[in-house]
Order: sequence, then C-alpha cells, then structure tokens
Amino acid sequence: METDVTLRVDGAEHDLRIEPRTTLLDALRERVGNTSPKRGCDHGQCGSCTVLVGGRRVLSCLTLAVRCHLAEVTTARGLGQSGPHPVQQAFLDHDGFQCGFCTPGQICSAVGMLSEFSQGHPSHASADVAAEPDLTESEVAERMSGNLCRCGAYANIVPALLDVAGGS
Amino acid sequence: MTPFDYRVPTSAGAAVDTVAANPAAVFLAGGTNLLDHLKLGVAEPEVVVDVNAVTSDEIRDDDGGGLWIGAAVRNSDLAADRRIRTRYPAVAEALLSGASGQLRNMATAAGNPLQRTRCVYFQDTTTPCNKREPGTGCSAVGGYTRYHAVLGASDQCVATHPSDLAVALAAFDAEVQVLGTGGTRVIPFVDLHRLPGDAPERDTVLERGDLVTAITLPALPIAAKSRYRKVRDRASFAFALVSVAAALEVEDGIVRDARIALGGVAHKPWRATNAEEALRGMPADEDSYRRAARLELADARAVAGLDGGNAFKIPLVARTLVAVLRELGGAR
Repeated sequence: METDVTLRVDGAEHDLRIEPRTTLLDALRERVGNTSPKRGCDHGQCGSCTVLVGGRRVLSCLTLAVRCHLAEVTTARGLGQSGPHPVQQAFLDHDGFQCGFCTPGQICSAVGMLSEFSQGHPSHASADVAAEPDLTESEVAERMSGNLCRCGAYANIVPALLDVAGGS
Repeated sequence: MTPFDYRVPTSAGAAVDTVAANPAAVFLAGGTNLLDHLKLGVAEPEVVVDVNAVTSDEIRDDDGGGLWIGAAVRNSDLAADRRIRTRYPAVAEALLSGASGQLRNMATAAGNPLQRTRCVYFQDTTTPCNKREPGTGCSAVGGYTRYHAVLGASDQCVATHPSDLAVALAAFDAEVQVLGTGGTRVIPFVDLHRLPGDAPERDTVLERGDLVTAITLPALPIAAKSRYRKVRDRASFAFALVSVAAALEVEDGIVRDARIALGGVAHKPWRATNAEEALRGMPADEDSYRRAARLELADARAVAGLDGGNAFKIPLVARTLVAVLRELGGAR
C-alpha cells in the first residue's frame, strides 16, 4: 500500500515512502521533521496547518502528501530561512501573536493572501467584485478569516499586514 | 482513516472506468470535503482516483458568448476571473462568500457543487442518518435544525445543500458536462441535484462512475447586474442559514425578467421559478417583491427541533429575497 513521494520542502528534497492516506501535514511533521505547520483542528477549520504549495496558501491537513509529489512546499520556517520574511518582521513589530501556536499558519496565509491581493483578487469584503480591490482593515480581516487565533491577536495581526502591504 | 489505494488515471475515461467498476472507489478533486469525510469515517473508500490531472483547469469563452469552466478550476481562480466578475458577478460573490482563502485555493468548480451536506448528524457516525446509512432514521428532525431545510424535504431527510456556488449556477441556467461509461452528456444544473424523497443517500442524478468534466454558463445579459446575498451566524467562513442569488431586468419600472435561486433552504439549490414567474410584467416595487417571495414559500414547512426549530428561516429567506430584489430593481 505504501508509495514513493518526493517532497520539496523549503528548498530541500525529501524522498519518503508513505501510505497514500498520509496528509501533507503529517508528512511534514512526522516524516520531514518540520513542525512549523501546526495540527490544530485537523479538519480545515482553523488554518494553523497552512503552508504554501506552488506559492498558493492551502491547508496541509486536507491535502494528501501523494498529491504534492515534486511540488514546492513552503512553510513559515522556510520563509524565514535567510532572516525574517517581511511578514514575519511585521508580526514582531506589531506584536501579532501571544502563544504563537497559530502564527506559522497565519504567516503562510498572509503571504498567500498578499500575493492574491497583488493579483487583484476580490474578496467578500469588496463592495464591487468587478473593481480593483483596496486593502482595508475589513478586507484583511475577511481574507484572513480562515486563520483562527484563540489568543485574539487579530487586533495586532491586521495592522501588521496593512503595514506590510503599505496600506492604510 | 481507513487505508486506501491512490490511483492517478491516464485519462478521464480511465478514471470513469475505475470508479464505475468499483463501488468502493471515489474521485478526488480538491479533496476539501473528501479528506474531512475520510477522517470522520463518513467515507471509507478502498480506492481514491485523483482526477486533478485529467480534468481541465481552464476557463474559455464559448461560441455563444457564454463560458466553459473546466472541472478542475479552483474556486479562487473562478472568483477572480474578469469575465465571471463582470458578466456573472453573483457567481463571484457566491464563491467569495464560501469557505476561506485556503479552501478556495483547493476546492474545484465541479467539486464544490458535489460537496455533501454539512448536517451535523450526517457527519457524526455515532448518530442515525438516512443519508449516510439508509434506513437508520433521521436524527435531525427534533434535533438541531438551524441549518436544515424548509422546502422540498421528506420524512427521511431534512438536510440542506451547503454550496454557495451551486445557488448562483442554478439561477443562471448553467449546464453540467458529464463523462460516463456511456459517453458524454449534458445535464441542466437545476436537474443535477435531487430532492431527498425516499432516497436521501443520493444527492444528485449522477450514476456511479459519472465524472463532471465542465460546467457551462450561457450568455445571459441579465446576470451582468446580479447579486448573491448570504445570511449566516457569523460574518465570514460559515455556511448559509439562507442565501439568495438573483438578477433582475427592469424597464420603465416593470420587471421584464428575473433569475432567482435560494440556498440553505433545501436538499438542492432551489431555483425560485414561482417567484420569477410572479415578477414578470409586474411593477418593480416592494409589493411585487413581497408577493413573489410569498408565492415561492407557500409550501415552506419548518422542522421542529431542540433548538426551537427552524421556522425563523421562512420569514428570513423572504426578507432576504425582498432585500436583494429591492437592491437590484429599486423600489418605489
């Protein structure tokens, strides 16, 4: 039943022999030894397992690792490999976390979100979906609604992301 | 999660053949619903057939001015498409009101309408559920009913369909292209999903092995001014209590045409043909909108439950519909 898969995680290749039912989250944490993505709800509801696959933010708990053969997987650890990523620095500057459990997921989600925004993707907070979006506080909150923070650091996360985006 | 074989088929036809031949085989697209069901024990397939590489992720203009949407187009890409945003804004709004940014990057155009109900009893393998295990009974009636149906339900099942996208597609005369063992065929989107009747285990008219390969939207000028409004328990990342997708064409204060579908109220996206018919030729005013909502909901029935039942949804969907029509058509 086991199958061979090569994961490219934060720039390094890992040849794994795994069961097809292994999620990307479990492969990263248990096999690659990268505990940056967190296992929160394990059902796609909390966002703490968020990683970037091919530059897009996805939930590693709802992704089969076999589907990521040779794909570029980036975790929050990888984003900070050569010094803090601008989003990580903004979280430090704005005190965007308390316990830190959700933070790696928030960081990856934010990087993906800012990329989506720069490509002009609308959101539910956009008054007119046909118009170019403007990154306001409500836009950031809506676009980051897939990442829960039980400490309630949202009040600092939103300004941190507006700061990175150069928004208001 | 029980173990399974993972297969990457060489063609869509091979994927169809594999699933058609094996009742314990399922298709995998975005996986956002299937992976959850695997973990919950709601789904226990022996074979998982990954169709991502054998279905298209392109959106194309068709000859008639409509759009051809490949089954594997991600929800986020569909919502961001310039043609969707300008020609069918309610489709973009519906997509953007659903799930989270991460989930929209994973979920697909075909997979989203084929997701299964979020009825808590369906998802809880310790409770009876006619949809999950036919003949065991329905735990929802008399239970937690907030998200359950008020239209078209049966004694056996009061579940609702959870997709937002499906409501907009139902309103705009979309069609579904299906590849089966007998070849390809086209199903009107409004006929894709079923009412529960005495077979609530069947969400759609699709047969074993049928693979949705594309969804098409016709040229529909009325949809260029359209809205999707979703009412839910929190402002983001929640399923609909009720929702409305609508487009209205008004000329000289008279409603010339209307497209309306309701979400969160039935086992399928509910095309509101009675309301549409009631509106055509009538003044674009509050009375007409209220009358249309009343006619559409004439047969609505609440489910009694531990949470006080869901009777509140009937006036809620009426008010939401009137509000959307007022916004689209103006009221005088």
